[in-house]
Amino acid sequence: MQEFFQQLANGVAWGSIYALIALGYTMVYGILRLINFAHGDVYMVGAFAAYYLAGALGVGTVRDASPLLAVPVLLGAMLICALLGVLIELFAYRPVRRSSRLTALITAIGVSLFLENAGIRLFGADPKFFPQVITPRTITLGEGVMVTNHQITVVLVSVLLMVGLTLFVQRTRTGKAMRAVSFHRDAASLMGIPVDRIITITFAIGSALAAAAGFLVGLTNPKIEPLMGIMPGIKAFVAAVLGGIGSIPGAMIGGLLMGVSEYLVVGYISSTYRDAIAFVILILVLLVKPTGLLGRNVAEKV
Amino acid sequence: MIRFSKTIRFTAVVLLAMASAPGCAKREAEIKIGEYGSLTGTTATFGISTKNGIELYIDNLNAQGGIGGKKLRILVEDDQSKPEEAATAVNKLIAQDGVVAVLGEVASSRSLAAAPICQSAGVPMITPSSTNPKVTEIGTYIFRVCYIDPFQGEVIAKFARNTLHLSKAAVFRDNKNDYSVGLANYFSESFLKLGGRIVSDESYSEGDQDFKAQLTVIKAKRPEFIFIPGYYTEVGLIARQARELGLNVPMLGGDGWVSDRLLEIAQDALNGSYLVNHYWESDPNPAVQEFVQSYRKRYGATPDGLAALAYDAAGVLTDAMQRLLKTDPKSFEALSGPPNADQKDARARLRGLIAATRDYPGVTGRISLDDRRNAVKTAVFLGIENRGYTFVATVEP
Repeated sequence: MQEFFQQLANGVAWGSIYALIALGYTMVYGILRLINFAHGDVYMVGAFAAYYLAGALGVGTVRDASPLLAVPVLLGAMLICALLGVLIELFAYRPVRRSSRLTALITAIGVSLFLENAGIRLFGADPKFFPQVITPRTITLGEGVMVTNHQITVVLVSVLLMVGLTLFVQRTRTGKAMRAVSFHRDAASLMGIPVDRIITITFAIGSALAAAAGFLVGLTNPKIEPLMGIMPGIKAFVAAVLGGIGSIPGAMIGGLLMGVSEYLVVGYISSTYRDAIAFVILILVLLVKPTGLLGRNVAEKV
Repeated sequence: MIRFSKTIRFTAVVLLAMASAPGCAKREAEIKIGEYGSLTGTTATFGISTKNGIELYIDNLNAQGGIGGKKLRILVEDDQSKPEEAATAVNKLIAQDGVVAVLGEVASSRSLAAAPICQSAGVPMITPSSTNPKVTEIGTYIFRVCYIDPFQGEVIAKFARNTLHLSKAAVFRDNKNDYSVGLANYFSESFLKLGGRIVSDESYSEGDQDFKAQLTVIKAKRPEFIFIPGYYTEVGLIARQARELGLNVPMLGGDGWVSDRLLEIAQDALNGSYLVNHYWESDPNPAVQEFVQSYRKRYGATPDGLAALAYDAAGVLTDAMQRLLKTDPKSFEALSGPPNADQKDARARLRGLIAATRDYPGVTGRISLDDRRNAVKTAVFLGIENRGYTFVATVEP
């Protein structure tokens, strides 16, 4: 039983990262009906941005640096990726917005490959090791289940960001505008909503969340490399589909379910199926409930 | 566009042909040796150490006048730590660059991808440090200057059982890696024979970031140590995550751990663990000390086991070339000539002389190649304490 709870705890921490990435997919899909395949690579850029920022601030390299310095690192990485997201939308997706959805999809794959290879060129192909921004400590929960302060940070930061996002979408004027654009873009435009600006904001927020995921992954699993975004990107996409693509709570639930099921598969069946489980889930969802767990809830769409 | 008359064009062609003719007739004074390795990617230190070791040896040799007045030139290709790139790299070295011998790789998977190309082209290949037995089984042109995994697995099992007196092992292998799977099997076989028990056998894949699921399973089986026949990047992460889960048993590993980045990644997590290496840098043997000092002077770092093996691989290859010069100067001449039948014949003779290597005095010990083209060598056990290595024992074959 202890083993089971341990796997569950690890799965939740890992799943929060998928959830954060899945939010970006689901938001962009909700507004543009576009699957932004470059999203996983934005997450990679976020991890590298945090790596270089931490290096510049001396966090983790200088002894006894305050863990509070992790905050500017996180915010800086989010800002950089928000900017990157805006640029991607402006230069890659906006010119093809009125073309067929297939064109946009192929463009997305192109952007993804561009980011991966630019990453190899800029950061180098060999893995980098994320500095210890926060000194790791192990905490024993009941029944001998052990978690680290990193894992707790991951879950807390993810929950905070998700709650913040939900409040933003539900309670602010911009959030309302986002929901309106998601519901009917042309009608929203007729009502005087600046659609272009709303789309830009959506990309900025989604990319910032991916950057947060990149930072958190660097914290718990301190190896980062330019191709690290491919698998998590695909899995977060499956998580978004599982939760119902376009739905914000759906992306969170989907992410957590993906994380936990991955851990249970590795723990109780075999690590060979670690990546396969994502696709098994995807196929099952598409067969049984193509709209995903919370997909019918149109009012929730962003 | 300017139009040339026919006569002018004809004259130009004739002049060009005349200008290039002496170049064809001139003998090339260099012998080209190819090297492929992981200069980037997940095992970048493997390739960089190997390149440094080879460069050091060849540059020293060239500084002393080369072989028979001919200089040696090393052409290096990066395979980005990927087997498919290794095959491409070796194809390029042989087909485009026309190298007469190939040195590389460290990782057995990548040596296995490239060896068939060398074998079918008739180009001798010496791997400095691929330990999987299948590598040299590819064919008669493939050699190695290190020990093989059945030996490595056996000595680790003996060390755990007889020296550390441990009986319950967990094995954590990289199931996409020929080296790791092979070494895990040889270790398990020997450990069971010695009366030990394997309480858990889990696997991961190279490139994974998260190992806590498997480590949680391993922890529940309460092993006395974990054997991880993997490469340093993953081993460092595994060690850290194991400690985070409260799994505080020692870890044992093979030569895949050899990298100066291992402890940088693992930090304190590997204290109390052991690994097998090919040599020990503080070996009092003057040849070793001379090598260590000249390496340090040039690269500003202590050579690891892979750099030492690369140095010896270059040594064994050039030693065979020296013998070719003595016994068959005409063939030796063909090595630096055009890639024709004479050169193919010369490579075949060179192959025979490499196979005949006996008691070559390397920095990793005396090297004699057996009839399966493998070296029989001693293994060195190192312990890890306070982010540093200590010498534990050498084990004779």
